[in-house]
Amino acid sequence: MSFDHTHLLGIEPLAAHDITTILDLADQYADRGRSAAKHGDALAGLTQINMFFESSTRTQASFELAGKRLGADVMSMAMQASSIKKGETLIDTAMTLNAMHPDLLVVRHPHSGAVDLLAEKVNCAVLNAGDGRHEHPTQALLDALTIRRAKGRLHRLNIAICGDIAHSRVARSNIILLGKMENRIRLIGPPTLMPAGIAEFGVEVYDDMKKGLEGVDVVMMLRLQRERMDGGFIPSEREYYHRYGLDAEKLAHAAPDAIVMHPGPMNRGVEIDGELADDLRRSVIQQQVEMGVAVRMAAMDLLARNLRARQTSKAVMA
Amino acid sequence: MTRTLITNAILIDPEAGTETPGSLLIDEGRIAAILPEGAPHGAAPAQVIDAGGKHLAPGIVDIGVKVCEPGERHKESYRSAGLAAAAGGVTTMATRPDTAPAIDSPEVLEFARRRANEASPVNVLPMAALTKGREGREMTEIGFLMDAGAIAFTDCDHVVQSTKVFARALTYARALGALVIAHPQEPGLSVGAAATSGKFASLYGLPAVSPMAERMGLDRDIALLEMTGARYHADQITTARALPALERAKRNGLDITAGTSIHHLTLNELDVAGYRTFFKVKPPLRSEEDRQAVVAAVRDGLIDIISSMHTPQDEESKRLPFEEAASGAVALETLLPAALRLYHSGDLDLPTLFRALSLNPAKRLGLDAGRMAVGAPADLVLFDANKPFVLDRSTLRSKSKNTPFDGARMQGRVLATYVAGIAVYEAE
Repeated sequence: MSFDHTHLLGIEPLAAHDITTILDLADQYADRGRSAAKHGDALAGLTQINMFFESSTRTQASFELAGKRLGADVMSMAMQASSIKKGETLIDTAMTLNAMHPDLLVVRHPHSGAVDLLAEKVNCAVLNAGDGRHEHPTQALLDALTIRRAKGRLHRLNIAICGDIAHSRVARSNIILLGKMENRIRLIGPPTLMPAGIAEFGVEVYDDMKKGLEGVDVVMMLRLQRERMDGGFIPSEREYYHRYGLDAEKLAHAAPDAIVMHPGPMNRGVEIDGELADDLRRSVIQQQVEMGVAVRMAAMDLLARNLRARQTSKAVMA
Repeated sequence: MTRTLITNAILIDPEAGTETPGSLLIDEGRIAAILPEGAPHGAAPAQVIDAGGKHLAPGIVDIGVKVCEPGERHKESYRSAGLAAAAGGVTTMATRPDTAPAIDSPEVLEFARRRANEASPVNVLPMAALTKGREGREMTEIGFLMDAGAIAFTDCDHVVQSTKVFARALTYARALGALVIAHPQEPGLSVGAAATSGKFASLYGLPAVSPMAERMGLDRDIALLEMTGARYHADQITTARALPALERAKRNGLDITAGTSIHHLTLNELDVAGYRTFFKVKPPLRSEEDRQAVVAAVRDGLIDIISSMHTPQDEESKRLPFEEAASGAVALETLLPAALRLYHSGDLDLPTLFRALSLNPAKRLGLDAGRMAVGAPADLVLFDANKPFVLDRSTLRSKSKNTPFDGARMQGRVLATYVAGIAVYEAE
């Protein structure tokens, strides 16, 4: 097992074997999470700081739980409320953090590339918990683990990603990850919500949802990020639901055993039918949340091993 | 005034399109004679400079230099910009009015001119804002500003959004014969953009603008030129799609010229990889296809002028997430070495390069500089077109060091720069 990375900034820098390494370890953590003995000591003695420059409940809670289950000292900081308003720059924040000597830094930021910038300036392992519309690697990894457990494999699947692709970092990380694992990817959504140059990503693009869903094994729905929009990407919520909301009728075009995924939080009746989301025969949305904790435990565990190895070699050199 | 003879040079004449070995005699700050090698030159000159077989060209006339006075002198002063210009072979800077406050009144222009005269070793010709505060609502006192020495009128990267305001300003400027410089861009499309839309911007998750926004902006401005007949210069044409419109407008006899920036000629959008904010410029860097089309347009003369678009930014405004980081790059000192990349790649010969760097901008501003001709001002640059070096940004004379060429291999260095026959820069 090898995982030769200092940070987890995105899926793009990972090789297929890195992804498999994380998922294999996460698989073990997922099983342990269902047992009574949930705790480990992989992160014992380490300090984990969660810095969220953009509000989040689920991802932040998931990272917090993952750290605590592995024995780290976890602290969460809601950054949008504090220093940003006081005019502190991201680099100043990094310097302040360095002085606190964290080992693991989990960052979410509203601007693409901000987590990369921070990672250049701090001395610890950085995990990207979502930067702008760039990447959200742990979400893609938990989606991958959910698919692998439900389908028994993570290659040669037909996977549809539906909705607001343009504003979605979840879509970007998933497209990259599922591509690296050699799956066939279809993107479904209105052309106003497709990023420019998307055809060059090695994906198939559909604006007709029924055609796009034809025979797929996995249907990944995206949240319609209304708060990100300048206005005018779609005519109305109800027309969007009519054309791109997932319901039983549209899902009937997918493979009979197709699973339904959603990164949450859901807008019921906007991008997904409420009843379908709760249908335990098709929906794996609850498993996604569960796998989220396991994948984050695995990612932090692997980064911490590298961190400790670097510190040991530094000590030997000294 | 002393007579100076520069011997053993290769003289670049952008008007004739020639490179000729020879000597050049300077008298009273002007070119007094151009002589074949070894020809007699009359009375003994006070000073003889052996050019060592290197190139001598008309000094660069750079339209669109940002000097941060008044307002942000910590980023760039007339002194530091002037020294950078001299070291870069730039003998005339037409400076931008996008200062804080904007140069939009004769009083502020007077201040800028005075500072420039005190501090800059090269010629400075201040431009003034076209509308008050560059806000696109009311035109400035174009007449008074011209009397005070404004060489052209521009709101820089602020597009005058109201076509009514812009049309009136163009009409008024036309009556006074003033040159208006605009930034062709459809602001509705480009608002908030940090990159050019396409695969690269999508992969990096950056808010992006379609290259079509430039053509739409240019189309609008061309229509207003047909309406008003004003003298117009587009500051930066950077996309292939805008070129046919420009070509048509010129063919139809409109008084239009176009420039482009050195960065759009020598870099493309992929250089931003890793969110490198020193590569964030406005408009954003384009695709390689666009870059090549713009290089070809300079070669064909469709694009008239190459500018540095020198824009100093301090570290604080660049060390930010890409979307939040300030746009712009310093380029006075790297303009010529970067432009010589196009010479070494075989895209442009030296007379063509200096047509765009010196001759055309001088002509457009109504100066008699930019020429290798008897009677022209002895504003000259002597350079070694082949000398290789690696750029170290800490050596730049600009107060701000935000160059995209830090650590880049470059070929071609300025050996000396002369303004009115006086050496304002000599390499060690």
